[in-house]
Amino acid sequence: MNVTIVDYNSGNISSVINSFKEVAKDKVNIEVTSDLKKIKSSDKVVLPGQGSFKSCVDALNNISGLVDTLTEFAIANKKPLLGICVGLQMFADIGYEETETKGLGWVSGKVSKIDNQNGKYKLPHIGWNQINIVKDGKIFKDIENNSHMYFVHSYEFVPKDRNVISATTNYSSNIVCSVEKENIFGTQFHPEKSDKIGLKIIDNFLNL
Amino acid sequence: MLKNRIIPCLDVKNGRVVKGINFVDLKDAGDPVEQAKIYSDGGADEICFLDITASNENRDTIYDVVERTSKNCFVPLTVGGGVRSVEDINKLLNCGADKVSINTAAVQNSEVVVESSKKFGSQCIVVAIDAKKNGENWEIFTHGGRNSTGINAIEFALKMENCGAGELLVTSMDKDGTQSGYDIELMKIISSNVNIPVIASGGVGTLDHLAEGIKSGASAVLAASIFHYGTYSVKEAKQYLASKDIPVRI
Repeated sequence: MNVTIVDYNSGNISSVINSFKEVAKDKVNIEVTSDLKKIKSSDKVVLPGQGSFKSCVDALNNISGLVDTLTEFAIANKKPLLGICVGLQMFADIGYEETETKGLGWVSGKVSKIDNQNGKYKLPHIGWNQINIVKDGKIFKDIENNSHMYFVHSYEFVPKDRNVISATTNYSSNIVCSVEKENIFGTQFHPEKSDKIGLKIIDNFLNL
Repeated sequence: MLKNRIIPCLDVKNGRVVKGINFVDLKDAGDPVEQAKIYSDGGADEICFLDITASNENRDTIYDVVERTSKNCFVPLTVGGGVRSVEDINKLLNCGADKVSINTAAVQNSEVVVESSKKFGSQCIVVAIDAKKNGENWEIFTHGGRNSTGINAIEFALKMENCGAGELLVTSMDKDGTQSGYDIELMKIISSNVNIPVIASGGVGTLDHLAEGIKSGASAVLAASIFHYGTYSVKEAKQYLASKDIPVRI
């Protein structure tokens, strides 16, 4: 099996690469590339993302044909794709970080700043928080409810259709921290930095 | 609910751990990678490396250490010490650091913080503030605490938040190395003035000091000696905090 981690200058992806390689061992071939042909022929794609919504969308658009290739992969061909952090956020129609920016529109909704309740909650939301699994997501196989995951973000994805939500976490309110829509998966937390339990989520994705 | 973090810090010099944990079953007690792995297996919420390499020709040793650690530890890794430029930050991130802490460079040129937080995201930019009480106020110091600046710590903390820092690592120089507890007043005043998380550092000698640090408003507590010398394990620290009703990841 070939899994591609999309390398599109979206910030620091070394930890994502290291964790996937750790889990994949020699069973799965992990490619790190933005080569359109390689993405097309992959079995699965991982879309990481760090920095702002706008900087990630701009970086995707900077590589000619990348958005179309990913959309074909995830929407037309319905192959498994996992978005991590801003990678998940970009599924939305629109994001409001820095300035209003159009997203990929794969999972209808918006990305807006977490309500810090007038300073009561520090932002970014950094650290280990528990996830409340609200539907039996495929990537949550053998993951206990209320497991701790590592988060670092100031914006949250608010999907229109609440049925896509697979887990939430409590910080100021119930924040969406995982979505699953058919073959499209996303986590707001960082499985690559969430210790053994995070690696299990990566393993679940690789075993889909 | 978001848990309070416990962050063991390892001093690294020329690629080797200084004051490392002295466990009998360690293959190489001076290897930062092996020490970081012990901490992460023991439940550390993050690992922090402070590079104290003095000579320029050995400065590159930290990159290899970070690279090897990130292939073995799957919890966040923060690296600081001697970070001068956006390029230094880029190199550390590429080697697998998740966050980079900046001290002297942030004071000398706050544009480094502005530029790096724009380029890499605020989430990976930590500004380290070394402060010392001076009358009613706290003054910040640079160059590992050697140079005074005349800059007020609270004003500087606010400035760094505005520049795009994602977190502040606040060390009391009066308390550092004394094992008499954090400077609680300093932690309180900084964390109540900024809207970004504060990591308390400097002075931990007992588990109760960790609890005091969290109660002062810090989101995370950093400690070196109590873990280095094996006085307490990270697990014991967490169990203690949990027994005091402080939320931690166990």
